[in-house]
Amino acid sequence: MNLEWDEFFVTGEPLIYAADVSIVLTTIAIIFVLTYFKKWKWLWREWLTTVDHKKIGIMYIFAALLMLFRAGVDALLMRAQLTVPNSKILEGQHYNEIFTTHGTIMIIFMAMPFLIGLINFVVPLQIGARDVAYPFLNAVSFWTFFMGAMLFNISFIIGGSPSAGWTSYVPLAGDELSPDPGQNFYLIGLQIAGIGTLLTGINFLVTILKMRAPGMTWMRMPMFTWSTLITMILIIFAFPVLTVALALMTFDRLFGSHFFTLADGGLPMLWANLFWIWGHPEVYIVILPAFGIFSEIISTFARKTLFGYKAMVWSIVAIAGLSFVVWVHHFFTMGANAAVNSFFSITTMMIAIPTGVKIFNWLFTLYKGRIKMTTAMLWSLAFIPNFTIGGVTGVMLAMAAADYQYHNTYFLVAHFHYVLISGTVFACFAGLFFWYPKMFGYKLNERLGKWGFWFFMIGFNVTFFPMYFLGLAGMPRRIYTYEWADGWFNLNVVASIGGVGMAIGFVLLVYNIYWSFRHAERENEGDPWDGRTLEWSTPTPVPFYNFAITPTVKGLDAYIIMKKDREQQEKTYKPIHMPSYSGLPIIMSAAFFISGFGLVFKWWWIAIIGLIGVLVTLVLRSFDYDEGYYVQVEEIERIENAYK
Amino acid sequence: MTTIAFLTGCSELAVLDPKGPVALQQKDLIMWSIGFMLFIVTVVFVLFTLFIVRYRERPENEDYEPPQDEGNKLLEVIWTVVPVLIVIALSVPTVKTIYALEEPPKATSHKDPLVIHATSVDWKWIFTYPEQEIETVNYLHIPEDRPILFKLTSADSMAALWIPRLGGQEYNMAGMETEIYLQADEPGTYKGRNANFTGEGFAEQKFTVTAQTKEEFEQWVEETQASAPKLTKEKYDRLMLKGHTGKHTFSSTHLEWVDHAKQPDYAIKVREKLNPDHDEPF
Ligand code: HEM
Ligand SMILES: [Cu+2]
Ligand SMILES: [Cu+2]
Repeated sequence: MNLEWDEFFVTGEPLIYAADVSIVLTTIAIIFVLTYFKKWKWLWREWLTTVDHKKIGIMYIFAALLMLFRAGVDALLMRAQLTVPNSKILEGQHYNEIFTTHGTIMIIFMAMPFLIGLINFVVPLQIGARDVAYPFLNAVSFWTFFMGAMLFNISFIIGGSPSAGWTSYVPLAGDELSPDPGQNFYLIGLQIAGIGTLLTGINFLVTILKMRAPGMTWMRMPMFTWSTLITMILIIFAFPVLTVALALMTFDRLFGSHFFTLADGGLPMLWANLFWIWGHPEVYIVILPAFGIFSEIISTFARKTLFGYKAMVWSIVAIAGLSFVVWVHHFFTMGANAAVNSFFSITTMMIAIPTGVKIFNWLFTLYKGRIKMTTAMLWSLAFIPNFTIGGVTGVMLAMAAADYQYHNTYFLVAHFHYVLISGTVFACFAGLFFWYPKMFGYKLNERLGKWGFWFFMIGFNVTFFPMYFLGLAGMPRRIYTYEWADGWFNLNVVASIGGVGMAIGFVLLVYNIYWSFRHAERENEGDPWDGRTLEWSTPTPVPFYNFAITPTVKGLDAYIIMKKDREQQEKTYKPIHMPSYSGLPIIMSAAFFISGFGLVFKWWWIAIIGLIGVLVTLVLRSFDYDEGYYVQVEEIERIENAYK
Repeated sequence: MTTIAFLTGCSELAVLDPKGPVALQQKDLIMWSIGFMLFIVTVVFVLFTLFIVRYRERPENEDYEPPQDEGNKLLEVIWTVVPVLIVIALSVPTVKTIYALEEPPKATSHKDPLVIHATSVDWKWIFTYPEQEIETVNYLHIPEDRPILFKLTSADSMAALWIPRLGGQEYNMAGMETEIYLQADEPGTYKGRNANFTGEGFAEQKFTVTAQTKEEFEQWVEETQASAPKLTKEKYDRLMLKGHTGKHTFSSTHLEWVDHAKQPDYAIKVREKLNPDHDEPF
């Protein structure tokens, strides 16, 4: 590809120059701070090379918050553009790029990593393990996700962003109709990040299957662990489909094959099918862990064991199973025959049954409880009514004959934001407030937290509830402008006002993190909420080996039982085997990034250099005989006594 | 809720204000489902409010130890069976309607449907009346009370033909032909548009539908056949270029030389031949 330099750098709009400047300034500032405080070595030794699941989890969450900010700014720009008819804040093409990056980043680089971050931090602790099954791979997972996300994000200033929607339907996204490099960023960024996700799937599946503390039988596993287990199975079945689909489209665009093209017998509908065979399970990949998080928090602050635990487990299994046989509901309007549409309507509606079961089980966990209104609990409680709205409108969408009218409209936009925000995002925030003291040894400020909650939650409803009606009023999704005659002005103004409310909520959250870092009261006894599961039995901050002595599990709510029994376990420590840190994962992922960057622009020599880099790191890893090391008993004693 | 209704005015909710039997069946289905949904939402909201008000932590109940009950068979059966019943109650009319929409509307099924080919090309609509030998761009005339059988295809990106007041949408896909029946019950002008994202000019890819009495429609057909110019291949090829255009009328159709349902790369090939900088889009 022969690009001129002025095509290489995206030019033209003040917004983009502003972004360029802020990126350069931020980079300089970070480099300056690290150098000035002599933190380079610390950063490399403690974080960039870590294989500790807790630190990896924290890095995931940090990256996800950054992505939430980036995609949130996209969202606000869209709301600004749509507030009044015929508005000229963004031109059509730019709007298209923004909703594409917004959707893709929110799902792939925000929701999933945020949850995987919480999973990373919490699940090994919850099952009484010292780390995950494959700590090295875990670091590879994180860094491939991170580099994939960065590759996707630089498209904003270099080369231009993808603009065919997060679904990237062909032929629009193909070379014939979108020849610019933007779409390549999507394909290759997602491909690189996808490697990490698949590895996470395998890693945590094995971890949960093999590394549970003695006594933790299937039906004593905490709900968050259960939902993680099922999610990992979904990942293992769903992500290979995405990998293949992305690869096929990449071949089409880079090497001129004809899987999805208009010319030479390509099959555009095949893309839609492959995409949603992955895509529908994907939405459950970002909702099941959320269900798990809410279960833990609701049970903790209602001070009751989870109502209908077994039904809860079976519901997740049922939902996961059904999630592979509903994908056609994303294109009922593709002209499949009545029998096909009927079948997929019914399977989709059936998902509502186990979901309804879960809603009522959460409600009855509250029943006769003593509900403590912490910020984490507020997010979890708000989930119940808001998610119900999202859920029932999902059932409406599942009715194919009616969906012909809702499809591609703001009714759909309202529905999926209701489930994704009140499900996934609320869960991320709830989990962050809940496990923050475990991560850092101090709580986030509750007052600021509650203000943030109310702004965000009310703002969310003000933004998205009107959108159901915009859909019924005939407003299609993905339009960058409309006219006065369309009559959609009033509701759009309301929606935009709500967007400001959500933005304030987010700012309060970020400020809360800063404020608490500076001022919050430190504690190290490790169980600030009167927790029910094993992660609360560790001191805080959690020692790097998690448990000096592997706990024994006597039932569901293992830690509650331990606290009741109060039997003094004998403290005879044994040496603990731990994996060594390694710089290879970040280097390998950087090589992936370089290779991907070359592929985006068809600069083959860069792509090849990057690939060689990947291969070299793989070879180095194969000849790496470092088997980790043992933490000696004296060291464990020293660390454990320091907590007293 | 009421504020929202006020802000829009119910008649402006196009989907709930049908002007033909297809949209009417869909509206009936929607209203039927909304009933159940309101019921579910009400039950959940009421229980939710009761529980969080009644069982909140207060200074008075500080010593209260919640019972650690693990579940309740009867309750759990109830909230499994009731949703099953609701799903059945929704499935039956859904399936019925899905099948009904495959056929022309019952009331007018004795009439011969009027066949119109609707072809999307970035970012215009081309309508072809094969029997009448008429082709229009970005507008439609249809007779009232007669089923219209749309045969949908696309010259490039996947689009969706949608006329909310007459009924739901269906995709237009290059290399394929999909079919949809729509019908208007009364004369009037209705908005139609592309509902599926097709890139840069998507927001403006709209058309108007004028429903007329049988006589008026026949008159329009005759006038058009008599006075509209013929569509030449050169003109048609310029329509294939990306861009917008106004309304146009022709007294012959493109079906003579291309069927996009069989030749999905026609527009792409044309674009390679024409020079978009010199050949103005039509
Ligand atoms: C923070 C507040 C948010 C606002 C104000 C917002 C707003 C919007 C808007 C205006 C659109 C474009 C609609 C269109 O033109 O079709 C959109 C699309 C989308 N949003 Fe959000 N959004 C928010 C948060 C989220 C979150 C948290 C997620 C996911 C976890 C999400 C996922 C998506 C997706 C998948 C799309 C579709 C993109 C596409 O059409 O390709 N959004 N959002
Ligand atoms: Cu789905
Ligand atoms: Cu097709």
